[in-house]
Amino acid sequence: MRASARRRPPRKVAPYVFLAPAILLFAGFMAAPIGYAVYLSFRATKVSGLGLGKGARREVWAGLANYRRSLADPEFVDSVGRVALYGLLLVPVMMGLALLFALLLDSGRARGRGFSRTAIFLPYAVPAVIASLLWGFLYLPDVSPFAHVAGQLALPSPELMSSRYILFAVANIALWGGVGFNMIVLYTSLGAISSDLSEAARLDGAGERQIALRIKVPIIAPSLIMTFVFSLIATLQVFAEPTTLRPLTNNISTTWTPLMKVYRDAFTRDDVYSAAATSVVIALATLVLSFGFLRLVGRRAFGQEARP
Amino acid sequence: MGRRGFAAIVIAAALLATGCSGQDQPEQQATGPVSLTFWTWAPNMDKVVALWNQKNPDIKVTVNKQDGGDPAVTKLLTATKAGSGAPDVMQAEYQKIPTLVAAEALADISKDLDPAVAKAFPEAVWGGVTLGSDAVYAVPQDTGPMVFYYREDVFKRLGLQVPKTWAEYAEAARKIHQADPKQYLGTFSAADAGWFAGLAQQAGASWWGVDGQSWSVAIDSEATRKVADFWGGLVEEGVIGNKPMYTPAWNAGLNNGTQVGWVSAVWGPGVLEGNAAKTAGKWKLAAMPQWDAGKEATGAWGGSATGVTSQSKHAVQAAKFAAWLNTDPEAVRALAQISGVYPAATAGQTDALTTPPKFFANQPDFYQTAAKAAGTVAPFTYGPNVNVAYNAYNDAFGKAADTKKKSAFLTALTSMQATTIKDLTDGGFTVAK
Repeated sequence: MRASARRRPPRKVAPYVFLAPAILLFAGFMAAPIGYAVYLSFRATKVSGLGLGKGARREVWAGLANYRRSLADPEFVDSVGRVALYGLLLVPVMMGLALLFALLLDSGRARGRGFSRTAIFLPYAVPAVIASLLWGFLYLPDVSPFAHVAGQLALPSPELMSSRYILFAVANIALWGGVGFNMIVLYTSLGAISSDLSEAARLDGAGERQIALRIKVPIIAPSLIMTFVFSLIATLQVFAEPTTLRPLTNNISTTWTPLMKVYRDAFTRDDVYSAAATSVVIALATLVLSFGFLRLVGRRAFGQEARP
Repeated sequence: MGRRGFAAIVIAAALLATGCSGQDQPEQQATGPVSLTFWTWAPNMDKVVALWNQKNPDIKVTVNKQDGGDPAVTKLLTATKAGSGAPDVMQAEYQKIPTLVAAEALADISKDLDPAVAKAFPEAVWGGVTLGSDAVYAVPQDTGPMVFYYREDVFKRLGLQVPKTWAEYAEAARKIHQADPKQYLGTFSAADAGWFAGLAQQAGASWWGVDGQSWSVAIDSEATRKVADFWGGLVEEGVIGNKPMYTPAWNAGLNNGTQVGWVSAVWGPGVLEGNAAKTAGKWKLAAMPQWDAGKEATGAWGGSATGVTSQSKHAVQAAKFAAWLNTDPEAVRALAQISGVYPAATAGQTDALTTPPKFFANQPDFYQTAAKAAGTVAPFTYGPNVNVAYNAYNDAFGKAADTKKKSAFLTALTSMQATTIKDLTDGGFTVAK
């Protein structure tokens, strides 16, 4: 009697007590701002007359007008296309290199493993803005040491920030910074594979390459999928690299990527309403893409965990 | 009752007292000491303000250093929207004033200013803070009349005359580039909309206009087309650069002698000194090349005014400070000599600036030439969406400069005009056709 009376209330309350901080933080710092952004996306300012002086501007309900404007905006459509191309270029190369480096480091023959691992990972620790400035200097022909060396050798040096190469130039910075992170994730999960498996395969006559492709890669598939989703989201959110490079070249517009357009609308044009609408669109697209992909590969990715 | 009742009465009385004093605030503060915050990005402004604080212990001004014009404006607009957080006094570039007024961020201080303040400034400059109305939204601080800088040694070596007209400028650009294919007399900067607006201003353009209760937009006008056509032609010919200014490459060019001329404004010496220290004593300042020989006109690039924000609770004192800062002879001298700005006050331009900047020690008449240019600034009206137009400039002219086609420069102008008008109509403004 006494024991049960003591036990019952905590059982109902305890979970909520434990969850409360997370729920409060989520509500305060995630749900509320998202809700406010959605609210703003349905609003607009209405101007009367010249828009000067007191009361010449007021906020009104705009319905879906901001969304319509945002989706029909050729600048937005262009930026989406550009980022799609950028993703097609960046994600496979980044994932491929990360996997290759992870497998090489994991293979028994690798020497200087600790050094190589750190060397590949280190660029990830460099903030994107600094990385972009650094690469920007390397790209600019007038100050680039590469161009200088090429000039001394009488070799032509391509203008890496011309309209032709700019997409590659930006993707290269993201690649330089991103490979290390993905490599570490994959390398860590490779390390978790029992060495018995490789040994058994070796006894069966499998070479290193076969072991890598037929045994290691399928086992780390969940990690591969996770890093892929992270890379996908990072691609959709590309902002820091092009924004930092923009003052150095004519070939990056202020709406080069969707997030740059949001930033410009909100802070250059002082139109938070259409910026909110565009960001809601981007958030939904990210959600659909990442969950869609997880759904598509879900059984494969989490098959092992689901089995028992 | 007893003790608790007594406490309640004391608290009630205290609340009443504070409530009363709250209502009486304006009267009390007219005499009592107040403190004001001042957002500015002019270098060493705190030292100039120290002079004021010394003499006015009742109105203490604290300088809050900002990163520059655009970030400060963004912060002020955000604070205005949020209802709190704005400073009392704010440095604002002329082209941002209509935007700030439209967003109700700046207060009308015409009642708080001595009418004589207006007389201290050239009419065109004063028009920039009144927007052509009876209201006064700021007190002019500095101006940026445009001038032409060139490397005297290079001109001498090639036997070139300083260009008096744009045709002569083009000719000089050709000769310099022919003599050394690495050398350019200038660059077309698609990153500096204010620079291009100044050039259009010189040619007689005024990008916005007020027509009763509606705005008009004349970016794609005869005058601006003339300017776009001229620079597009030079870029297409390849005799001037097409890379933006203020990049590491451009800075290096000033220093290593591949950029031997710069169409800029009177504040140029600071930039040259910072980027091209090696070339000290080799540069000279001249009046801008003209479209019509004999007709003196120039544009303005940059320049700012001191405004009082709509959130300030001490507008009277803030206006008094803004007027002092920009018209008091001692303050103007300090602005010019400590803060290094080119004062907007007419008297300040000749009284405060007698010796040339260090970098131009070779040109004793530096400020006389500058003051002459300042007197020829053509009128220009900015509109409520300058930010949109400037942004459109960056995007459209960035593409045009990259293609190096003259026709693309004119297309860029058309696109800039369309974007600006569309933004105004989308925002609900009435736009005269």
